[in-house]
Order: sequence, then C-alpha cells, then structure tokens
Amino acid sequence: METLLNIVIHSLVLVLMPPLLLGIINKTKAWFAGRVGPPITQTYFDLFKLIRKEMVLSRTTTWVFLAGPAVSLATAVLAGLLIPFGSHAAPLSFAGDMILAAYLLALGRFFTASAALDTGSAFEGMGAAREVTFSSLAEPALFLGFAVLARLTGSLSLTHMLASPMSMESAASVGIVILIAAAWFAVLLSENSRIPVDDPNTHLELTMIHEVMVLDHSGPAFGMIVYGGAVKLFIMSATVIDLLTPVSVFGAAFDWLVFLAGVLVIGVAVGVVESSIARLRLVTVPKMLVSACLLAAFAAALLLR
Amino acid sequence: MTSLNLVLAGIGALAVSGLPALAVRGNSNRGQQWSLAVTLAGATMGFCGALMVFGQDTTPELTLPWSIPGGAFHVALDGLSAAFLMPVFLLSGLGTLYGLSYWAQTDHPENGRKLRFFYGIMVSAMALLILARNGILFLMAWEVMALAGYFLITTEHEKKEVQDAGWVYLVAAHLSSLLLFAFFVVYFAVTGSFELQPFAEQPSAAVVLFLLALTGFGIKAGLFPLHVWLPSAHANAPSHISALFSGVVIKMGVYGVMRVCWLFPHPPLWWGSLLMALGIVSGVLGVAFALGQHDIKRLLAYHSIENIGIIFMGLGLAMVGRTLGQPALIALGMAGAVLHVWNHGVFKALLFFAAGSVIHATHTRDIEHMGGLAKRMPQTSLMFLIGAAAICGLPPLNGFISELFIYLGLFRAFAFDARDWPLAPFAAAALALIGGLAVACFVKVFGIVFLGEPRGEHPQRGEESPWSMAVPMRVLAGLCFLIGLAPVVVVLYLERSTNDWQLAAPLAMPGMQELAPVFPLMLLGVVLTAAALVFFAVLWRRKPLADAAQIGTWDCGYIAPTGRMQYTASSFAQMLVGLFAWALTPQMSKTRCEGYWPKGVSFQSHVPDTILDRLVRPAFHYAADLFSHVRVLQQGRAQLYLVYIVVTLLTLLMVA
Repeated sequence: METLLNIVIHSLVLVLMPPLLLGIINKTKAWFAGRVGPPITQTYFDLFKLIRKEMVLSRTTTWVFLAGPAVSLATAVLAGLLIPFGSHAAPLSFAGDMILAAYLLALGRFFTASAALDTGSAFEGMGAAREVTFSSLAEPALFLGFAVLARLTGSLSLTHMLASPMSMESAASVGIVILIAAAWFAVLLSENSRIPVDDPNTHLELTMIHEVMVLDHSGPAFGMIVYGGAVKLFIMSATVIDLLTPVSVFGAAFDWLVFLAGVLVIGVAVGVVESSIARLRLVTVPKMLVSACLLAAFAAALLLR
Repeated sequence: MTSLNLVLAGIGALAVSGLPALAVRGNSNRGQQWSLAVTLAGATMGFCGALMVFGQDTTPELTLPWSIPGGAFHVALDGLSAAFLMPVFLLSGLGTLYGLSYWAQTDHPENGRKLRFFYGIMVSAMALLILARNGILFLMAWEVMALAGYFLITTEHEKKEVQDAGWVYLVAAHLSSLLLFAFFVVYFAVTGSFELQPFAEQPSAAVVLFLLALTGFGIKAGLFPLHVWLPSAHANAPSHISALFSGVVIKMGVYGVMRVCWLFPHPPLWWGSLLMALGIVSGVLGVAFALGQHDIKRLLAYHSIENIGIIFMGLGLAMVGRTLGQPALIALGMAGAVLHVWNHGVFKALLFFAAGSVIHATHTRDIEHMGGLAKRMPQTSLMFLIGAAAICGLPPLNGFISELFIYLGLFRAFAFDARDWPLAPFAAAALALIGGLAVACFVKVFGIVFLGEPRGEHPQRGEESPWSMAVPMRVLAGLCFLIGLAPVVVVLYLERSTNDWQLAAPLAMPGMQELAPVFPLMLLGVVLTAAALVFFAVLWRRKPLADAAQIGTWDCGYIAPTGRMQYTASSFAQMLVGLFAWALTPQMSKTRCEGYWPKGVSFQSHVPDTILDRLVRPAFHYAADLFSHVRVLQQGRAQLYLVYIVVTLLTLLMVA
C-alpha cells in the first residue's frame, strides 16, 4: 500500500513539479537583477498557451522534425521513473537502471539534434553540433559517478545508490560524495543549457546551443520540448539532491518535504550561478566538462587507493 | 551430429555457389539467380545447423583422415563456434540477396562473376576456420579467406584507389598470417601436435603464444594501432562486400583471440587488463577518427574499429573474471562481447546496405554532397536511422543490450568482484565517452545525408531501392528491434557460448537473468516505444494541412538561401575533431578572404589515417630502402646464379 502511494506521489511530482523548478530559477534570477520577474508558475501558462497554438512547419522538414520533441519527452519522463526522489524508492528499479536512464537521455538527444538538422538551417546545425559535443564530454563524469556510488553502497540500482551514499562513520565517503555531487552539478548545468555553458533565455549569437536547436519548432511541438527540458532538468536536479540529503529520519511524509525543500534549494542555486557567473567562452566549455570528469575520476581513485 | 553435418553441407553449398555464375555468359542475370538460390540454401542450412547446437548439450565433432603431415580434418561445433557461425551464414545470405540488384551481372558484366565466385569461397572458408580444431586446417582456411577477401576488395581493380586499398590489405593480411604461422609453430613446439585443445596447465610459452595471437588476430580484427588496412578496404569494396567484411570477416580476428583465450586455464591478470586497454583505445580513437570522415563508407569503417574495441572490452572483462575466479564477470563480459559480435554484424550490415543504397542512387560516397535524401528515399532513411540508433547503443535497440552487459560487468567489478582492479571505473567512463561520441557521429551522418536540403546535384537523382535491396535491410532492422526488445531470446545462446569458452577451467555460471535485468528491459522497451509513438501521433495530428502554413526554414531574413549554406559534416564535427587533434592530425587548407569584394574562397579539411600515413608507410619505405642494398646480389647474369647454387650446395654438404 505504501509503495503504491509512493508510486503515485512520485508520478505526480514528476509530472507536475518540473515547470515549477524553472519558475524558481527565473524568480531567483529576477531578484538578483532587481526585477519583480514573472510569476513562479509562468512556465505552466507558457505550456498551456503553446499547446493551443497552431504549428508552423518548414517545408524542408520531414517526420523526424516532429519525432524530436516526441522522443525527447518520452525518454525524459521514462528516465524520471527510474530516478528516486529523496529517500523514496523509484517506481521502477533494477540492477543497471542507471545505465538505462543515462542512455534514455542520450536517445532523446539523438532525436532532438536530428530534428534540428532536419530544418536544413546552419543556425540549428550549429546548435546540434555543440549539443552533441558537450554531452559526449559530460557522459564520463556521469558514469564515473555511478561507478563510485555503486562501490560506496554495494548496489547497482539507482534507488539504493542514491538513497544514502554518505555514511558518517567514514569521513572519506562524505568527501567522495561531495566530489561526485559537484561533478554532477556541472553536468546538470551543461546538459540543461544553463549559464555558464548556454543561456536559456536567448538563441542569439554565441549562446547558440539548446535554444537555437529548437528555433523552428512551434506550438505543441515546442511545448513538448519546453516540458521535456523541464523534466530533464528536474530529474537531474533530483540526483544531486539525493546525493546531498542524508538518510531519512522522521519518516516517509517528512522525506517528501525534505525533497521538495531540496528542489527549492537547487532551483535557487542554479539561479544564483546564472546570476553571478558570466557565460564561458565556447572553447572553454570542454575544459569545464573535463574538469567535472576529473573530479569524478578523482573520487574513483580515492576509492581505489 | 546432424547439426555439424548441416553446417558442413551449408559450407559446401556456399563454396560452390559461385560456380553457376561462371558457367553462364557474362551479360545475363541467369547465373546470378542460380548463385543466389544456392547461397540462400547453403546459408539457411548452415544457420539452422548452428542454431541447433544451442538446443543440445554435446559438442558434435568430426575427424576425417588427411594425408597432410600434422594435419587432420578435425572439426567441432561448440557454443563459441556456433555463435560466430550464425552471423556468417545470416549475412552471407542477405548480402547475396542485396547484391542481386546492387551488383547486377548486367550492370557489371566484367567483374560480377568474379565477385560471386570469391564471395562463396570466402564465406565457406570463414565458416570452416570457425569449425577447425586442427592448426593446419585452421591456417589453410584462414589463408583462403584472406586471399579471397583480396579479390573481393579489388572487385573494381581498374581503379587506382582500389588497387592501393587492396595492396595495403594484402600486406596486412599476410603479416597477420605470418604471425599466426609463428603462433602455430610455437604451439606445436609446446604441445607436439596441431590439435587445438585447452591446456591442462598454463604452458611455459603462454605469454609468447598470447602475444603472437593477439597481434596476428588483432590485425584482422582491426584493433586500433593494427587497423591500417581496414578503412580504405571497407570504403573501396562494393557495399555488400563491406557489410560482409565489417559484419563478419573482422570478427574472425575476435574469434581467434577468443579461441586462444579458451586454450589457457589460468591467464594472468595483465592479459585481461591488456585486452581491456586495447579495447578502450580502439573504441575511443575509432569513433574519433570516424567523426573526421566525410566518405560515408570510410566513416562506417572507423566505427567498426570502435565496435571491435567494445567487443575487446567485454572480452578483457571476462578474462579478468577468469583470472580472479569471478563467474559474474565472465558471464557479463562474454555475453556482452558475443552479443556485440552479433549486434555489430546486424546493425553494421544494415548501415552498409543503407549506405550502399544511397551510393547506388547518388553515385557519390562523399556526404558533403548529399542532403535531403529522406524525402526521396524514405524507406532507406528509416532503415539507416534504425541502424544508427542501434550502433550508438540506444534503447530499445540491440546495441544497448550488449553495452549494458559490459557496463554491468564493469560496475560489478568495481563494486564487488574485482575491487583492486583499477581499470573498471575508467573503462565504464570510456565506454560512456564512446557512446556519446557515437551519438555525435551518427547524428552527423544521418542529419547531413538524409535531412535538410540537397547540397549538390547528386541527391536530386535519389530514388528508392528495389525490393531485393530493401528486404535484407528490413530483416536486419527487425533483428535490431527483436534483440533490443526481447533480449531474453538470445540469453540462452549467450550462456552456452560462455560455458564452452571457459572449458579449460570451468566455473559454475550464474544465469544471465540473475545478473542482468532482462525482463524489466523488455517491459521498458515496449513502454518507451509506445510512449514515443503516442507523443508522435499527438503531434502528427496537429500537423498543419499540406496547403496551410508550410513555409521555409527561418533564414534570419536572408533573401536567397541555398542548400549549400547548410551546416556540413566537417563543420558539424569540427569541435570534436579539434579536441582530438592530437590523434587525428586533421589537415586543413583554406584560402584567405581578401579585399572588399573577395573572389571565391575555398576551405578543405581532411583527417588522414595517422597510423598508416605517419607510421606504417614511412616504416615500409624505410625498409624498402634498406632492402634495396640486397639487390647487388641480383645481377641478372646466369653465371652468377650458378655460382650461388654451387656455393649453397657446397655449404650444405659441408654442414651435413
């Protein structure tokens, strides 16, 4: 019964919360800039608007152009079912689910980038090239993190790996988990096209990665992209939150509150980063991602000793 | 016993499959149809025979008397052999069917018959070497395969680049054979026989044997620093021959290494580590080189190097498991390696077939001249997309399953089974990098070739392939989905292959279903496919009507955009090629843009094969110079040669 309840809550949180995270980030950025900013629920309104709008399609495009948003949303939501929220088990959990989750996101990327090339625009080609370049450099950091967590927790499933990787008995594990969390936070910023890698607010000139890839999408297709992107950001944030929240103390209901507080914190953190750091030059982005990989590699090396 | 007989009958049929074509005049397709019938019959018999082995527990064997000293016609069909035989028979049958229109006798009267003759010879030699349990028989089959392969690569021998590719292949193939000769000489010295069977104890010359085999078979497999023959051979052969080479011929190298590992009961740890390290290098650099290519077949060839790397990673993991006595690592490593052998055979053949259709339609291999083919060749583009997603290891297709096995093994090694073995986490990271780079590369190929607008005149001609080219692609695409969505069907075969592989020192194996999430993957694969289709249908229904809002791509307000303004393959890969410039040594030539009204400017980039051009060719030229000094002996005068003979004779008489 309790598991069933957990599954329901997990699904509801997964479906409903992601746009709110974007709202938190934007609100934080507005505060930093001294603006009032859009309401925290703005993304919901945007999605509602986009769903009702008409689509405009370029005559260059084929069915791949529409498959991009569809596949990226399906993969993000499905990956969300594999990632635990807080100390609650994920609805689906089995040995090797972290590999599936990572590869689902890769499948989504494959189709988003293909859809971008489907428009035949150099602009979008550029975005697609950068997206696949940076993502491939981020993958090793993700997988090194998985390996480290598998060893720390003696489990090959995300639910156990992320539940309580830090044990206070060994101080080393705390440091190692913090290294992984830092590496994954960098991956999160890069994979979700946030500053300092990309600027989610513009598709112009030098920040052309994610936003420029979806430049020609409109209406419900663009809505799926925005929503899928929000889900992806949310589940990647969830992994970082899971790493940094300690074991459950006050029972299941309280754990959900802790998790939601974590979402708030990570939203503010992303907002602070976006407000306080300038965007990196494009050529230095790989260096940041390689640093993230090295942080994770360092964590793995610490375990080997 | 019936299974072995069936396989041998299939081999016999394949060996003679080229003969009917020889007997028929060159300008008729009749002989080709006969060839196809015989090939399909042989391939079906062989495939069924190999499949039957998995249903029985025994290993059928056959020994026939043979007059060659040390040789015996000794063949056996165990799980490992059967695993390698299945792709051989599958792809040889499908390849011949594909060739019916792709290389029709009436289109190629001058070389079609030669191609079919050597095709049958090579395929049957491959099947025989997989069965061989005698060193002499193995070497003979190996050499026949290598030579027939040369004639297949040089099908269009009148072209200069084809001659070059064939020449490099021939040298590499013989270097490989030479090392294998050395291997069997040492083997004979150690065991006193050419019969292949596992050692009871680790022999004294184990290291020599292992390294000889690894280099000899590694050349054939196209393992990274030894891969020099592979890219141009694949690029210059007809596409269904490239498919066969990439799908099965290079796997003979993998088979060889696996068979040699099978000989040794107690491999030291560094063997597994070496295989793993070579696999990582091959995987990462293979895909990095692929990123730099714009010849579609050369690009696919470099991906073969990458996938061979992944297979060697699996094998390395299994070897480490053997050293440490960890059955889970053996099971996952071998299952991953063997399944990846199958998978790579399936999706790479699919990709080469689709690429062949594109080349057939556009008459160019350069992807920079393509674009927009999805509209003219919708079926082929879908087939290529499936192959591309599969080779990137994306769910719910077959490539994901084999990579998942290897990942699981690596994580297990680091977390439980081989905690002191430092390579495991970094190998997992390398595999992730390979996967990411493969996605980048195949988005590039698929996007540049099939999507967008045509970049030149070539793609305007594109037309859909005839049924005989479409059917093999559909079969292979179906297999990608079958293995990806229902891995449970192949697990049984993989367990059998693994068990037979560790005959020298068997350990009790856990079932694959305990180690890998076979059933959850089935469920999630189906859910994923369904969800994606539903979302797609939702969007498709909202698609504007054909006469409504269909406008051009946003072009920043430019008035006259052309197809040539699109992003190109080189520009797409430019950042990653730059990051790997230390290995790829890309060469660029550009003219400067000068003045207020610049005349035409041009830009070219090219990624050469660093190892071949910077290392192997100079070394061979140096050696040729060195040997030129020996030519003083060869004066062309009969008297001098008589002196040589007399001197040799006297020396021999004195020594004896």
